[in-house]
Amino acid sequence: MPIPILAARDVTKSYGRGPGRFDALKGVSLEIYEGESVAIVGKSGSGKSTLMHLLALLDRPSSGSIELAGSDAVLLTGRILNTTRNRTFGFVFQQFFLTGGASVLENVILPLKIAGVGARERKRRGLEALAALELEDKATSKASNLSGGQKQRAVIARALVNDPRIIFADEPTGNLDSATGAVVEDILFALNRDQGITLIVVTHDEDLAARCDRRVYIRDGLVVGTESAVAA
Amino acid sequence: MRTIDVIGTAIDNSFRSKLRTTLTVIAIFIGAFTLTITNGLGTGINDYINNTVAAIGAQDVLTVTKVGTDATGSGPKKYNPDLVAASGGGRPGTTVQALNPSDITAISDLKGVKSVVPTLSISPGYIQNGSGAKYTLTAIGAVPGITLQLATGSQLSSTSSESQIVLAKSYVKALGLSSNSAAIGATVKIGITDAARNPSTIDATVVGISEASLGAIADAATTNSALTQKLFDAQTVGLPGTAKDRYSQASVRFDGSATAAEVTRLKDRLTKAGYNGQTVADQIGTFKTVIDVIVLVLNAFAVIALLAASFGIVNTLLMSVQERTREIGLMKAMGMGGGKVFGLFSFEAVFIGFLGSAIGAAVAILVGSGVSAALSGSVFSGLPGLTLIAFSPGSIATIILVVMAIAFVAGTLPAAKAARQDPIESLRYE
Repeated sequence: MPIPILAARDVTKSYGRGPGRFDALKGVSLEIYEGESVAIVGKSGSGKSTLMHLLALLDRPSSGSIELAGSDAVLLTGRILNTTRNRTFGFVFQQFFLTGGASVLENVILPLKIAGVGARERKRRGLEALAALELEDKATSKASNLSGGQKQRAVIARALVNDPRIIFADEPTGNLDSATGAVVEDILFALNRDQGITLIVVTHDEDLAARCDRRVYIRDGLVVGTESAVAA
Repeated sequence: MRTIDVIGTAIDNSFRSKLRTTLTVIAIFIGAFTLTITNGLGTGINDYINNTVAAIGAQDVLTVTKVGTDATGSGPKKYNPDLVAASGGGRPGTTVQALNPSDITAISDLKGVKSVVPTLSISPGYIQNGSGAKYTLTAIGAVPGITLQLATGSQLSSTSSESQIVLAKSYVKALGLSSNSAAIGATVKIGITDAARNPSTIDATVVGISEASLGAIADAATTNSALTQKLFDAQTVGLPGTAKDRYSQASVRFDGSATAAEVTRLKDRLTKAGYNGQTVADQIGTFKTVIDVIVLVLNAFAVIALLAASFGIVNTLLMSVQERTREIGLMKAMGMGGGKVFGLFSFEAVFIGFLGSAIGAAVAILVGSGVSAALSGSVFSGLPGLTLIAFSPGSIATIILVVMAIAFVAGTLPAAKAARQDPIESLRYE
């Protein structure tokens, strides 16, 4: 059995203390292997976003552990944690989180800028990522002038620019109409299929979930079922 | 993130909300402008004083007087036959204890004294060019080493045996000389009366024409050592030796390379011996202190304006942090450290401070130079060489750096707030 690239071991997460305490996750175990596409499915308030934040090392579990390529992520702190997140993960959010006033290229190269890549190299790789998403002609336009689908493609380019091993997509099509949503889905799954990037999709959309290799259903902070099926 | 990228991004960010940045920059601009002008005022006036110090006296000279025995007490003073009128620097009617030849010897024996020259007070009667009209003349014997502010001509020679005189500008026309330069080399007659009221004249060569300045008495002439001695001799003809050799003060030369501490020690030795020594710096020190205090008060007002402006920076950046909450969250999620986020916002503050202070200083230099040029052509035309508002690169740089430092301090609060932000909370922020 290969080592999972990302694993949750009996993870709990609670907020607050005393009578106001809220348990978002009550003991979740999950293994994700390199190259997989996994959907974390649940209604809002089920704890699926909390699980994603823990897996993306944005937060620490109250108990249990998160393992990144077999080693406990609790050992990653400070600068190393930041570097790891920068190199390993790409993020696609439902809200695009693009800086409207800046150019599309500027937005896309943000992870490279944070990583400390030089200006020329940044531009080259940024344009490459935009070309992969057929947005190169929009490189110099303001991000606020893009359509919804273009924005989400720019976001994917940004998630992709740093050659991540894992892309987290939090409701990636939530803000898009079904036609453009389908295009964005195609792009994400093509990346997973062609480049072997592990895809972790957080969604309540059954159709999107159905396209993933595996679905993990979360309800009230617990995994209530997993389902492996070849995408239809 | 590289430092250069932090700086570049911070500058880009500050231009993102142009109106807000502009308003904050204007607030800082006002403070920096005021500070630059008030500082320039201090620099200008003090520069002028420093430049004219040379005309008041040489740098390596102490003016020595004898400490009077009955300096204190009110009411009529006991008669003292050794009192003479003070020569310059005092109110009319001020008297000082006279120095006699034995005092001069005593002073020259003190350690650190290179030479002692008694100041001869001369009171010539008139000055005349050829057979032209006679004009009254106030003349002062030049202290060796003095640098007069000349409109034209050369400085007096203390070693030459030629009788030299430097005349105030106003005498040129009066004596019938066509121009300043034509006056150079002219021979003038100086009339003087001795103790027995017998008039005599002494010829002198005009070597220079002096500008009016702070240090020079208007409508006065300065004579070199040779001429001073001749005039003194002429006016004391008929006086017995002891009556002749009484001086109100003496000039003590010391080593030009002496440190301030050495000068102080020399002054202490003089005090112990019963004399009082003052350098030129001492004499004008009070003057400068007053100006420094005025400038300090003006600066304080400018700093108050800057403090008010710094709250503008805090406000601007807090709003900016609020607006960019999600962006900060995203950057942190992408692995940007809190320190860099802090750097991003505090540098934005510093940059706003730099913009405000640099523009403020630049405009202040333009306005200040214009105003001071206009004033020196009109109101201050009687004080040639006075630049009312002068700017030194050092103080301009200091102002800009101080404003940037204030901006940095103001930026720390919002920057720390941004740096502390939890990426998850920020990304959830609607």
